[in-house]
Amino acid sequence: MALLEIQELCHNFGGLKAISDFSLTVTAGELVGLIGPNGAGKTTVFNLITGVYHPDGGHLYFAGQDITTWPSYRIMARGMGRTFQNIRLFKDLSALDNVRVGAFAQCSYSLRQTLFRTPGFKRQEAQMTDRAHQLLARFKLSRYALTPARHLPYGEQRRLEIARALISNPKLLLLDEPAAGMNQAEIGVLITLLRELRQEFDLTILLIEHHMGVVMDLCQRVQVLDFGETIFTGSPLEAQHHPAVLEAYLGKDGEPDEI
Amino acid sequence: MLRRRSQLLAWGGCLGLLVLAWILPASGLLNPYVQQVLMYVGINIILTLSLNLVNGYMGEFSVGHAGFMAIGAYIASILTVAVCPRFWGPWLFPFVLIGGGLGAALAGLVVAFPSFRTRGDYLAIVTLAFNMIVKSLLENIELIGGPRGYLGMARLTNVPWVVFWVLITLIALRNFVYSNAGRGVLAIREDELAANLIGVNTRRLKIYAFLISAFFAGIAGGLYAHLLQFINPRSFSILKSTDMLVMVYLGGIGSLAGSILGATIFTVLLELLRPLGVWRWVVGPLMLVLLMIFQPTGIMGLREAKILQPREEFGGVTRNPGTMP
Ligand SMILES: Nc1ncnc2c1ncn2[C@@H]1O[C@H](COP(=O)(O)OP(=O)(O)OP(=O)(O)O)[C@@H](O)[C@H]1O
Ligand SMILES: [Mg+2]
Repeated sequence: MALLEIQELCHNFGGLKAISDFSLTVTAGELVGLIGPNGAGKTTVFNLITGVYHPDGGHLYFAGQDITTWPSYRIMARGMGRTFQNIRLFKDLSALDNVRVGAFAQCSYSLRQTLFRTPGFKRQEAQMTDRAHQLLARFKLSRYALTPARHLPYGEQRRLEIARALISNPKLLLLDEPAAGMNQAEIGVLITLLRELRQEFDLTILLIEHHMGVVMDLCQRVQVLDFGETIFTGSPLEAQHHPAVLEAYLGKDGEPDEI
Repeated sequence: MLRRRSQLLAWGGCLGLLVLAWILPASGLLNPYVQQVLMYVGINIILTLSLNLVNGYMGEFSVGHAGFMAIGAYIASILTVAVCPRFWGPWLFPFVLIGGGLGAALAGLVVAFPSFRTRGDYLAIVTLAFNMIVKSLLENIELIGGPRGYLGMARLTNVPWVVFWVLITLIALRNFVYSNAGRGVLAIREDELAANLIGVNTRRLKIYAFLISAFFAGIAGGLYAHLLQFINPRSFSILKSTDMLVMVYLGGIGSLAGSILGATIFTVLLELLRPLGVWRWVVGPLMLVLLMIFQPTGIMGLREAKILQPREEFGGVTRNPGTMP
C-alpha cells in the first residue's frame, strides 16, 4: 500500500517554476532516492511534502489522508520526520532537550496537568525522558546529553538531527543530504547506520543525496529532477547511464560534476 | 526517600516564607517604608517572570506588557469598589485578583493571534499598539474616571499576599517551563520553522504562553492597584513596559532566578535613586540600551538556579563528562 502518494505537484516562486507535474508513490518499507543537480527543486519537494509551502497544484496523500492543505505540525505528527540540508538544531538547547522536543506530539497531558505537575504528568515526562536517553545512547550521543547542541561536533549534530526526527517513531523519514560535508569513512558509517535504522524503526525513507555512492548503496529506486521536472525514474544503475540524466548533470559545458 | 525529603523541604520552605512574611510586618520589625519597597519588589518579580515567558523563553519581543497589567488593575479595582460588598473585600481579594488576571489573559489572546503570522519587530509594534490602545481606551471611559483615574480601593495588598502570589507565579512558571510545552516554547525561540517541522504545535503554544503571561501580569496589576489605592491610565504607559523589559534583560532571559534578581536589583536601585527626582525615569531606558549592547542575555543569561529545576528533569543524568570544548 502506498504510504506517500504525490500527484502532479506544481509550485512556483514568483515567476520561477520550481516544481512542475511532480508525481511519486512511495510504498511502506521502500527506500527511494531523490536526486538532481543543484537548484533542481529537491528541497522544495520536501518543503511541499512537509507543509512549509502549500502547492499551487496537485495533491499529497500520506498514510491514507489528503494532507495537501495541512499545517506542518499536523503532517509531522501524523508520522513523518525530517532532517535539513543545513542542520537546523535548537542550538542553545541540550541534546536531550532537542530530542525531547521531537516527542512533542506524543505527549497527551493537558495544560492543567502541566501547571499542577500531576502524577500523570510526571509519569509521561519520565517515560519521554527515558526514551530520549535511549535514543541518545543508540546514536552514541549520551555523553553530550546536557551539552548545548551548538557545541557538538559536526557529525554528531547530523546524528542528533536524525535522533530528534526518530523519537516520535515516524513511518516516513525524509533525509535532505545527510552525507553533506562528510568524508568517505564517515559516509561508510552513515550508510551502515541508515541500514540499521531502517530495520530497527521499521522505516520508509525518502532520501535526497548528491553522493552517488550513498544512493547506489541504499536506494532501490531513484527519481531524477532537473529544473523542477522529472527526467527519470528507475533503478540507480540505469540512472547513471541514462542520457537525459547525464546531460542534466554534465550540463552544456561538459564539466563532469560529482553526481 | 531522598525525593520525599527534598519535596518536603521545598513545601516547608514556601510555607516558612509565607509565615515569615506574615509575622515580620506584624511584629513591627519592618517599618512601613521597607514593607512598601518589599511589596514593590514582589509585584515586579511577578511582572518580570511573566514577561520573561514571552520575551526570554519564547523569544518574542513584547513591549506592551503594561497593557495587561492595566487591565488586571482596573478589573480588580472595579470588582472591589463597585461589585463586592466592602465588608467582604479582604476575603474575596484573591478571587478579585484572579478576575483581573482572567481579563488580562483574554487580552493576551488578542496579541497571541497576530503572533501566528508576525515575529520580531512587527510583533513588537503590535504589542506597542496594544499598550497604547489600552491606555487611551481607559482615558476615554468616563465611567471609570477617564484620565483622572480610579480610586476607592481598600489597601488589601499586604506583604503576605504579595509573597503568596510571587510563589504561585514562580511555581506555575517553573512547572510550565519544565514540561513538554515549555520545551516547545524554547524550540519556537530557537527555530520556529524547525519546531513546526518536528511536530510542535506552535500556535497552541503561543496561545498558552500569552495567556499565562498576561494572566500573571493582570494579577500583578491587581496587587499594585490595591497597594496604591489609586490608579490612572498614565501608570500603565510605555514607560512602565520599558521598566519590565529592563528587569527581564537585566536579570537574564529564559531564567526564573534571573527574573527574581533583575526585578529586585532594579526596584531597589530606583528606590535608592529617589533623590534624582524625575531624572530617575531616565535610568530604565538608559539601562535597557546599555544592556542590549553589552550584555543582551543579562546576569543569568539562559542559566537557571539549581533549586528551581525539578530534580527529575534530566532523568538521573546530572554530571556531564567532557562537554564544553
Ligand atoms: N523560498 C524560495 N523563494 C524563491 N525561490 C526559491 C525558494 N526556495 C527555493 N527557490 C528556488 O527554487 C529552485 C529549487 O531550489 P531547491 O532548494 O529546491 O533546490 P535543490 O534541488 O534542493 O538544490 P541543492 O542541491 O542546491 O540543495 C532554486 O532555483 C531556488 O533558487
Ligand atoms: Mg536542497
